Amino acid sequence: MEWQFFTEVLVGGLLSGVMYSLVAIGFVLIYKTSGVLNFAQGALLLFAALTFVSLTERGLPVWAAILLTLAAMTGIGAMIERAVLRPLVNQPPITLFMATLGVSYVVEGAAQLLWGTQVHGLDLGIDDLPLEIGGVLVSSFDLFAAAVAGAMVAALTLFFRYTRIGLGFRAVADDQLAALAVGLSLDRIWTAVWTAAGMVALVAGLLWGARLGVQFSLSLVVLKALPVLVLGGFDSIAGAIVGGLIVGAVEKLAEVYVGPFVGGGIEGWIAYVAALGFLLIRPSGLFGAKLVERV
Amino acid sequence: MTIHEVLLSLDGVEATYNHAIRALSGVSLTVRTGEIVALLGANGAGKTTALKALSGLLPAERGQIAAGTIVYDGGDVTRRSPAELVRAGLVQVLEGRHCFRSLTVEDNLIVGGQVQGLGRAALRPELERIYTLFPRLRDRRKTAAGLTSGGEQQMTAIGRALMARPRLLVLDEPSMGLAPLVVEGIFTALKRLNREEGLSILVAEQNSTVALRHADRASVLETGRTVLDGPAADLRERDDIKAFYLGFGVGGPAAPAAA
Repeated sequence: MEWQFFTEVLVGGLLSGVMYSLVAIGFVLIYKTSGVLNFAQGALLLFAALTFVSLTERGLPVWAAILLTLAAMTGIGAMIERAVLRPLVNQPPITLFMATLGVSYVVEGAAQLLWGTQVHGLDLGIDDLPLEIGGVLVSSFDLFAAAVAGAMVAALTLFFRYTRIGLGFRAVADDQLAALAVGLSLDRIWTAVWTAAGMVALVAGLLWGARLGVQFSLSLVVLKALPVLVLGGFDSIAGAIVGGLIVGAVEKLAEVYVGPFVGGGIEGWIAYVAALGFLLIRPSGLFGAKLVERV
Repeated sequence: MTIHEVLLSLDGVEATYNHAIRALSGVSLTVRTGEIVALLGANGAGKTTALKALSGLLPAERGQIAAGTIVYDGGDVTRRSPAELVRAGLVQVLEGRHCFRSLTVEDNLIVGGQVQGLGRAALRPELERIYTLFPRLRDRRKTAAGLTSGGEQQMTAIGRALMARPRLLVLDEPSMGLAPLVVEGIFTALKRLNREEGLSILVAEQNSTVALRHADRASVLETGRTVLDGPAADLRERDDIKAFYLGFGVGGPAAPAAA
């Protein structure tokens, strides 16, 4: 019984960690190719969820709302790249970071202007019933979210491995100057990356929106992605996944097993403590910046 | 090989970094079709800046062309993006090789060929062409480029540039850090491309002995300025030039040739 309870907490933690990974992957895509820590990823996520909800509330069928939102996210991603980051190319990282911080508030404001400020419920039609698997209770919504995340990662992996633009993406991530010298168009690749980040924001926005309700604090899930990135490394998709799983598991296990001794409520900050500790041991993260170099 | 029209010309080029640091203060240079031209000079003479200027790569390094003209194939270089220049056949192999480390050798070559927009089937003979030129790359084609030897990385970088089917291949210090035998092999391959396919080559080198042996003409840079220009055969004979401009003592290199 004791063991079963532990497993239940662990599985619950891992599955909620998948939700963090979803947000973190959006960061990784952009950081890997352009070295920009895109703080606006959370705002994008909010914008996607809010647009989707508002469209369905106006009577649009789900598939049409998804397609329209996807189109909007693609447009926004491409616009940010073109209007903000391209003119700032070659500026120091802190400048780029501040720019995305600004963009974050503009996107949030635009979402508010467009769709209003009230809180929306988002129903994806997935009931959050506990399922019993091998004697362990698992949330069916969490399972669904994990499946969606898995499908998305698989799609991204295939895209980067087997398409022309995916190969270009990996080349740019390796060496920007060399990519320029062989005639790759960095602008086109960056636009594609921002588009992909917009799509990831849509998927993450829908799942997070269904869980927390669509409201402005949704954009704060970026803060949950930061310890994930510190753990997994800012430039590794695999790292984002593993980092998310670790953060999710640590949060839940710590809450249940350590929480009672310190009066509870440690789920909110334990991930940051873990990330801090990790920074001291392995600053580039588990999978970050693994330089392939011959000694 | 018959040598005729001017393919590339630099005239009085001045360049700065960050609008402040002057790197070039009067570089003039011509490359004619079918020619191998060596750009010589000591460390810091401005060779790399000159090559980046003519490939349109200076803006990416926060550099600017302050004065002078660079004309490639009848068009002003400064108005074209690096990608457009590559499509027009002006391709540079960067100093320090700059392979895509985590990509396999073959993927490196494929990225180089992307500018041609070829499909998978049409890509095959292009790859074969590179493997024939550098047989060692065929054995290493599934290895991550970052894990190959220095010579293999240089071959990968050159092969990657050749995949774009250049008319003018620009190389920045291809001999850097390589064993003399490997350097000789690379220059022999380049010479073969020049003879058999009429590829024009501009190569910047500190290792003037090797470069002068293979070049038709040479140009010498000193502190960002062209100070000498002439047939390679003439420069080869004159030890005083080497001693004065290239930092070599009379009677042989003062430093190891591959340094």
